[in-house]
Amino acid sequence: MVEQERSLAELRETFRSGRTRGVGWRKAQLRALLKLMDDNEDHIFNALQHWSSEEIGQLFLVLYRKMDGSQAGSNTATFLPSQRTSTARTAWPTLSLDPLIGALSAGNTVVLKPSEHTPECSSFLAKTIPLYLDRKAVKVVEGGTDVAEHLLQQKWDKIFFTGSPRVGRIVMSAAAEHLTPVTLELGGKCPTILDSLSDSSDLKVAVKRIAGGKWGPCSGQACIGIDYVLVEHKFASTLIELLKKTIKRFYGENPKSLKNLCRIVNKHQFDRLCNLLEDPAVAASIVHGGSLDEENLTIEPTILLDPPLDAEIMTEEIFGPLLPIITLSNIHESIEFINSRPKPLAIYAFTKDETFKKEILTETSSGSLTFNDVMIQFLCDTLPFGGVGQSGFGRYHGKYSFDTFSHEKAVLERSFFLELEPRYPPWNEFKMQFIRLAYSFDYFGLLLLFVGLKRRFR
Amino acid sequence: MATEKKEVFNAEAGAAMMKELRSAFASGKTKTHQWRVTQLQSLLRLAEDHEKDIIAMMKASCKLALKELNHWMTSEKVKTSITTFPSSAEIVSEPLGVVLVISAWNYPFLLSLDPVIGAIAAGNAVVLKPSEIAATTSSLLAKYLGEYLDSSAIKVIEGAVPETSVLLEQKWDKIFYTGNGKVGRVVLAAAAKHLTPVVLELGGKSPVIVDSNINLQVATRRIIAGKWGGNNGQACVSPDYIITTKDYAPKLVDALKTELKNFYGDDQLNSKDLSRIVSSNHFARLTKLLDDDKVSGKIVHGGQRDESNLKIAPTILLDVPEDSLIMTEEIFGPLLPILTVDRVEDSYKIISSRSKPLAAYLFTNNKKLKEEFVRNVSAGGLVTNDTTLHVILAVHTLPFGGVGESGMGAYHGKFSFDAFSHKKAVLHRSFAGDAPARYPPYTPGKLRFLKALLNGSILGVICALFGWSKA
Repeated sequence: MVEQERSLAELRETFRSGRTRGVGWRKAQLRALLKLMDDNEDHIFNALQHWSSEEIGQLFLVLYRKMDGSQAGSNTATFLPSQRTSTARTAWPTLSLDPLIGALSAGNTVVLKPSEHTPECSSFLAKTIPLYLDRKAVKVVEGGTDVAEHLLQQKWDKIFFTGSPRVGRIVMSAAAEHLTPVTLELGGKCPTILDSLSDSSDLKVAVKRIAGGKWGPCSGQACIGIDYVLVEHKFASTLIELLKKTIKRFYGENPKSLKNLCRIVNKHQFDRLCNLLEDPAVAASIVHGGSLDEENLTIEPTILLDPPLDAEIMTEEIFGPLLPIITLSNIHESIEFINSRPKPLAIYAFTKDETFKKEILTETSSGSLTFNDVMIQFLCDTLPFGGVGQSGFGRYHGKYSFDTFSHEKAVLERSFFLELEPRYPPWNEFKMQFIRLAYSFDYFGLLLLFVGLKRRFR
Repeated sequence: MATEKKEVFNAEAGAAMMKELRSAFASGKTKTHQWRVTQLQSLLRLAEDHEKDIIAMMKASCKLALKELNHWMTSEKVKTSITTFPSSAEIVSEPLGVVLVISAWNYPFLLSLDPVIGAIAAGNAVVLKPSEIAATTSSLLAKYLGEYLDSSAIKVIEGAVPETSVLLEQKWDKIFYTGNGKVGRVVLAAAAKHLTPVVLELGGKSPVIVDSNINLQVATRRIIAGKWGGNNGQACVSPDYIITTKDYAPKLVDALKTELKNFYGDDQLNSKDLSRIVSSNHFARLTKLLDDDKVSGKIVHGGQRDESNLKIAPTILLDVPEDSLIMTEEIFGPLLPILTVDRVEDSYKIISSRSKPLAAYLFTNNKKLKEEFVRNVSAGGLVTNDTTLHVILAVHTLPFGGVGESGMGAYHGKFSFDAFSHKKAVLHRSFAGDAPARYPPYTPGKLRFLKALLNGSILGVICALFGWSKA
């Protein structure tokens, strides 16, 4: 597409001019983003409200601000030569800005391609970003697969992608043509291990956090949301009862009223989730909820008990408000269960058993691991956020965002003074011995060599 | 050495090998401190037993890893803020799993073992595919590593394109490749199918900018050491070409000739201290660069060649055109073109119009020029007033890796350990301190509290708790 190529040429020119390198420019862009948030609070809110409830929309706004604030503070005091142009293709509205902040702090020019699945957010970004940020350095390109494909044919200095593993492969294959490094923030089935908790108030807190971690974030439509829960047989019914009570308290009696709950983002995803429940064996395992409202694209918080492990609901990432509970005879089996599946973006474990904690820590692998809570690691800026294996590679948040869009250039400064003759040919035994001793940091040996006391090399 | 008929390394063999390696990794043994230490100590013993064959640098990497392993394996505690209070957080390094190292022919032991040392230190199972072009080293590596190391978790697969293709079809947890950009793309495309992260150590044309008013003798010796001292130019960080001013060029050429004679004598073609060209293919490639019409008449020193012994003498060319063959691809040989400019600052445009190299060098006493150099030149690594030393000497502290066409990722010292590790974020929370404000149904009061908390505002939190709204 000619338009795209022209935009890209403009971005390269901007970068070459050196304008994006200075601290001043970077801080100005970040402040402009903050102002964008402040000035457009209502608009953002409305865009989000299309599929989330009023209160949740407000929470998102707060999250945006937090990300801006934390990034703008941790800024560039040194001139780190940065990557040139980069593209951030992101799936959800929140996730468009975090990488953008990282790319700008690192002094890059950026093309942002927001997800076409949230058209209101996408057009909001396309309209407002040019009003606040340097138009010759930051561009928003809207569109679907065809637009993305054209973008991927260009030569980028970095690609940052948030989305599914399937598309992640396509992005990385395209990047291979140009030797472009990538960061892939993918998904996975984030398991929650629930150990027995003797203290009933602890159990209540655990269940609250699990419910909050499943249905709180956009009705389960979050990469680090809980996908399924692992618990021992004997605690399953207690867990289900507590979950039911908690759901009622959080969301009310009538699921259609959409109090504090999000819609499913679009019809395609809604149909996908309905399909997961079509399997008769899966439908038979529903112990709570299950009602579907096609008109409003809402699905009631649904709990399933031991659906078949080979059903799609247990092989694919759910990304919706369906919570399978898988029971085990011993909670320690959860480790093998998790390890026999692709590495997830996050593992959550509720336990007070320090030995078990250590086992989970050393024997499982995931992007992140949180004990006794859910999702909250996202808010900790000092922790890197990223996946491993099928859940992706590379990381961001806080300073990691800056680093991910930077090249760490090694610089060694030497003086002309202090020449080491043994470096140079013609080679002889003395020089070879010197080099051997030098590499071993054998200073005493070197001293002996110089005074002629070291035995020559055999 | 008794040679049995080598088993064909085909798809079945590849799959069977992966099964064995994954099983070895799943057993957990490679994650233990003890296993890593044992393997590293065995590598060290291997080096000491076969000192003639192993370069000192490899030993240094092993010793460093042994010394620092405990520290590297310890998790890094990080600060938490009021947003997640009460909590503690740490970053834990864990092995990625089963990794593949494909190495190059120019420093066959070093480029094979340095990454392997990093992979072992990080607790992975490893397959090493040495370059088939350095055939003797390849079979030595296969023999020695098989004898000294745990072969259920560390394997050497020899071979060329067919075997490498079988390897690249497998699902690895990391691939580390040293070589050229063409094959680098093939490796990256294969990795993409399995979402495998990679480190690519590629090459490029590493320029040397030579300013005037410098200690010319020292500078020349360092350039020679970096260019011809390093495998006769066959190294990824060898100075590829020089840029200097028109005025200074004659002095530089004279100094180079003088020092070349001091190092290698009169008959440089046959000097015993110079490596030969690795293969007849590369010999033909290099002579083609010299025979290019555009550079005939530009040779000011050397140019002699001996095809039967695959030798080319140290050769200097002056004022070659920027579009000549020798200036379009990485030379990787003993030919040194010199480009001349009016002002030394004009060098930056020449360098930035080309792909980013693995290294760039500057000889100057001018502080401003140094600063401009660091700011304007993007390369894997930079050295002022020397060449290649950042690779050879500063092993522990500087990352070694490329950018753009010269590669991605880095290693050496702790960076090797990190390259083969996953840095897992771990957050420990307690059940205490559960803020009801987190959960629905949301009220304006709760929202105020959350806003304050997320903004890290303690005052805001207090106000919200008391039901006051912050203006």
